[in-house]
Amino acid sequence: MRRRIGGAVSQAWWQFLGLFGLDKARWRKQPRATQRAVKAVVWVGIGLLLVVAGGVWEWSALVIAAVVLLLVVPDYGRITIGGRRVGRYIVPVAALAIAVAYPYYASSNGAVNPGLPELPIFGPFPQMSTMVGMAVFAMMALGLNFVVGYAGLLDLGYVAFYAMGSYMAGWFASSQFGHQNVFFGAIGVTPGLTGFHFSIWLVLIMAGIATAVVGVLIGLPTLRLRGDYLAIVTLGFGEIMPQIARNGDNLFGTGFNLTNGTGGITPIDPPGFGNWAGHHLHLPANYLTLGTNSDRAFFWTALVLVLLTIFTSARLRDSRLGRAWVAIREDEVAAAAMGVPLMRTKTWAYATGAFFGGVAGAYYASYNSGAFPDEFFFNISVFILCMVILGGMGNIWGVIFGACFLEYLDKEGLANIGAWLNGHFGPGGSDIQVWHKALDVPLYEFGIFGAILVIVMLFRPEGLIPSRRRAAEFHEGVHDQPLYDVEAV
Amino acid sequence: MADVLLQTVLLRKEFGGLVAVDDVDFTVPQGAIVSLIGPNGAGKTTFFNMLTGVYKPTSGQVVFAGEDLTGRPPHVYTQRGIGRTFQNIRLFQNMTALENVLVGMHTRLKGKLLESIVRTPRVKHEERDARARARELLEYSGLRRKDQEIGRNLSYGDQRRLEVARALATEPRLILLDEPTAGMNPQETAEFTAFVGRLRADRGLTVLLIEHDMRVVMGVSDRVTVLDYGEKIAEGSPGEIQKNERVIEAYLGSAAVTTA
Repeated sequence: MRRRIGGAVSQAWWQFLGLFGLDKARWRKQPRATQRAVKAVVWVGIGLLLVVAGGVWEWSALVIAAVVLLLVVPDYGRITIGGRRVGRYIVPVAALAIAVAYPYYASSNGAVNPGLPELPIFGPFPQMSTMVGMAVFAMMALGLNFVVGYAGLLDLGYVAFYAMGSYMAGWFASSQFGHQNVFFGAIGVTPGLTGFHFSIWLVLIMAGIATAVVGVLIGLPTLRLRGDYLAIVTLGFGEIMPQIARNGDNLFGTGFNLTNGTGGITPIDPPGFGNWAGHHLHLPANYLTLGTNSDRAFFWTALVLVLLTIFTSARLRDSRLGRAWVAIREDEVAAAAMGVPLMRTKTWAYATGAFFGGVAGAYYASYNSGAFPDEFFFNISVFILCMVILGGMGNIWGVIFGACFLEYLDKEGLANIGAWLNGHFGPGGSDIQVWHKALDVPLYEFGIFGAILVIVMLFRPEGLIPSRRRAAEFHEGVHDQPLYDVEAV
Repeated sequence: MADVLLQTVLLRKEFGGLVAVDDVDFTVPQGAIVSLIGPNGAGKTTFFNMLTGVYKPTSGQVVFAGEDLTGRPPHVYTQRGIGRTFQNIRLFQNMTALENVLVGMHTRLKGKLLESIVRTPRVKHEERDARARARELLEYSGLRRKDQEIGRNLSYGDQRRLEVARALATEPRLILLDEPTAGMNPQETAEFTAFVGRLRADRGLTVLLIEHDMRVVMGVSDRVTVLDYGEKIAEGSPGEIQKNERVIEAYLGSAAVTTA
């Protein structure tokens, strides 16, 4: 079906272009750089037209268009300095710079986009709190990408790792265990609080390690299973963890309050660098003392965490372990016969993915100042999986894009789109009035995500920004007939 | 007889009620080229799968270089020095030829998780060496300049060669080739036969071959073992096997024996 619809669309498109004397053969003959430039200009042009048509024009839209073209059009990959291919870092570094500077041009001090145009239909640029969420979910999606994208193991219970990380922060950086008083490098925390108060930076690492251990424990019994069976069991674990969180206020009837039940653990300490660093290095002693600027600090810190995750992803992808993951994904039997220990290698994928899920969870708990069991429903597992699939399994940039886009839609995009739709077509709308009761678009969130997923799977199953290898797999398939005795694994 | 490299003792595999391999005693001497032949469905590939740990035997033992490996997972067999190819080519289709060979080196490399993330000098060095060795292996197997080709894009013959290169990358002492000349034309088959001879001469490998092409079997093997309905029905030098009545019967039916 994909082929038929895709074919029809492309045929109609070329017939339309034929009116202007362009034909497919001539286009194919153009060098790649030209093709890329033309495509980029066309898309940016469409974007600008939409800005004008949407009535949100600002001159700065031209600046944005210019930056996009400058990043996309030239082939930086060719630039070498002293034989090293430095060029391929240009676009990522520029993207990073744009992200780091984001609070200054788009959302400074609570005022949303000073001087920037609103986006057509999508409304204003995302606020800082949304940006923090996007970064945290990018990290989680990258973590899941180790499992799903690299090793090809379908994990439907990733939320368990998120929950574990969050509760680690709850246990070691709050007043949850009030009869203990353990302070360990907890800089910037009000003195005199009860409970465990470890430095958040330490808690992040502890959360990562503890979650990785949980990943291994979950992995040992489950990773022997293949395909659908593995998915079902991970689904089960994804349900167990939040249930423990929900009911952990009276563990096994002993009266031991582990998770504070449905109330969740709150408040959780914010990160900070302490008074000394605050005085001498002008680093924030405690993020919350920054007031309206605190989201910025949280955002930049999250960016650093994402960078570490990207770095790890890239390094592992090109390592002995990364090759073994891909080999298992492509053909488990052949991989085993070539000396790849299946259980150990899959467990490492699980542990690595869990580690980043845990760190992200702990950080987000610190940002939200709480770990609440309602956050860890099954739909979050699916949400993160959607990010990986939509963006492109196995591709770091694709996964980040998927995470940012979906988290943005979740936090404010859908609400903005809903406002736009109601403003134009709803009751008292400025255009034709189509419906009479205001439409609550965010209510249909998971329906919309489901529809996006179905459309992606039909038309571009490899995701929006796929890895070359994954794209080939989806179009040609892998042969992975099970051939094993189960015990032989 | 020379030292025994691989030995099976009463090796048996049942699938439900079907006995695929029936109490086979079998030895491969160090440095030999041994062929395993038999009509279709005789249990040759099942036997192979037990020799590499892919199947767990119902009973019996697999002893390699004096060590009982029965019931161990496949990677242990590879690690101890048994490399293999598959009857229906099982390359990592979407990886490059070079990456395929590098996966084969998995057990011979050490790079651990944290080392790889930090990329310590040792790992860097190891990776560079591994790549160089992988290129050598590709060249040795007749895949010069194909290292960046994606597995699926290689021609059929090249895919077979890549499977051998990948198996060689595991640094085996014994290499198991499952119908390596299937689908090759006579010229390619002749080249491949010479290549198998070279494996022993250059690399001191012991070779165990499943083969249907009798010219290959008779031309290259020191010993031939014949399986039929999971049972070993004959064993001996190629000359002896050619005259063996039970073998002729198995291949051509009993009528062939009586009229002969």
